[in-house]
Amino acid sequence: MTTVPRTGDALPPLEIPVTRTLIVAGAVASRDYQDVHHDAEAAREKGSPDVFMNILTTNGLVGRYVTDHFGPRAVLRKVAIRLGAPNYPGDTMTLTGTVTGVTDGPDGTTLALVRVAGANGLGHHVTGTVTVEVPR
Amino acid sequence: MSGEERAHDARDGLYDRLRAYEGKPAAIAGRGKDPVNLPMIRHWCEAMGDAHPAYRGPDAVAPPTMLQAWTMGGLSGHQDRSEAYGELLGLLDGAGYTSVVATDCEQEYLRPLRPGDEITFDAVVESVSPRKTTKLGTGHFVTTRMDVRAGGELAGTHRFRILKYAPAARPAKPAEAAKPAEAVERPRRPRPVVNRDNAGFWEGVAAHRLLIQRCAACGTLRFPWLPGCNDCGAGEWDTVEAGGEGTVHSYVVMHHPPFPAFDPPYAVGLIELAEGVRMISNVVGVPYDKVRIGMPVRLEFQRVDEELELPVFRAVEDGPAAGPGEGER
Repeated sequence: MTTVPRTGDALPPLEIPVTRTLIVAGAVASRDYQDVHHDAEAAREKGSPDVFMNILTTNGLVGRYVTDHFGPRAVLRKVAIRLGAPNYPGDTMTLTGTVTGVTDGPDGTTLALVRVAGANGLGHHVTGTVTVEVPR
Repeated sequence: MSGEERAHDARDGLYDRLRAYEGKPAAIAGRGKDPVNLPMIRHWCEAMGDAHPAYRGPDAVAPPTMLQAWTMGGLSGHQDRSEAYGELLGLLDGAGYTSVVATDCEQEYLRPLRPGDEITFDAVVESVSPRKTTKLGTGHFVTTRMDVRAGGELAGTHRFRILKYAPAARPAKPAEAAKPAEAVERPRRPRPVVNRDNAGFWEGVAAHRLLIQRCAACGTLRFPWLPGCNDCGAGEWDTVEAGGEGTVHSYVVMHHPPFPAFDPPYAVGLIELAEGVRMISNVVGVPYDKVRIGMPVRLEFQRVDEELELPVFRAVEDGPAAGPGEGER
């Protein structure tokens, strides 16, 4: 099913439990072997209280959140994110999104600009904008 | 950057040396270690919980957000980094900024990546920031921009910002950091620093009066409160109470970074009071993106927690003469 974007539409929130498994699986799937994403002891030595989610995983989750909503034919065109408070194990990140603009895309598609935010127990983990192409 | 940080940069000359790397290559003719392939796509989708049908089956494309993953060095590291980029990171390491955290990622996807695509990439150091102090510690932001090609054709661009920093002395406690959302008390706004030079202002706020200082010698009004007159230098003063009318002289909208107790986006206004002085405060009663220069506002006092009240400015619908109005015009 395809959801037709309209400016002002709010996407239903998505809660992501930030497990140690998700952090490590995301880091490995993105081929990011920085120890702060899988080795809690090494993370503490570097001043972080625990392992934390890498930016590629956050990027992947933000992309998934938007395409989940707009349906199987939705195509990501741009994803721009900024990270704030880290995603530590045991926390929950709630992604929310709002369509802030809609324009005509190529080949009779619609391009929607979606503002996305991911909040966790510490504050804003991620803020960003996603451009997604949706067939009409 | 604070004056102190600027002075620090000037003293050690590090920033000038770092800035010399702007425009230099960060990676030259890099090659993805694996061609785009179904197993890596499937592992990614499993980790992300992404069931998008375009990423499965015989005609699968890679999730666009995997763009950077195809360029990663993995466990065996990067052989593609340029000498210049290595030197830049080495300079930062040498200055004590040994930790690294990614802060921004901006990607544009020009064509889908399909299994079998051979990935090549080039990257350039776009900018190095002056020395910044963040919650994590002090350091420099380094921004790189990468062109990712598939079979020689531009498939996407990837702008990436890292902070190379020296960790702050006291990291947060793990137990505190891992508290679930509902267990965390809402942080309180910072307390004002009240001293003998501004105590009268806060006493006024407590009595719901916005007090402006007036020079007893020359009559010049001043705000914020200061021990002496900027105009004539006299130390004697009294106060006048602001009538509460004002206009938005200028404003910014705060998006990022969010601070505890503040809920961005919100508008911060420079309000010109009818008396002629200006003060910084929040503009309320209007969406952050509807605040405009010249907008009439009226003073009110907002209780932000059990012990703190602040003067804020509420947007006035049509100016004082138009009478009460509801909603948007």
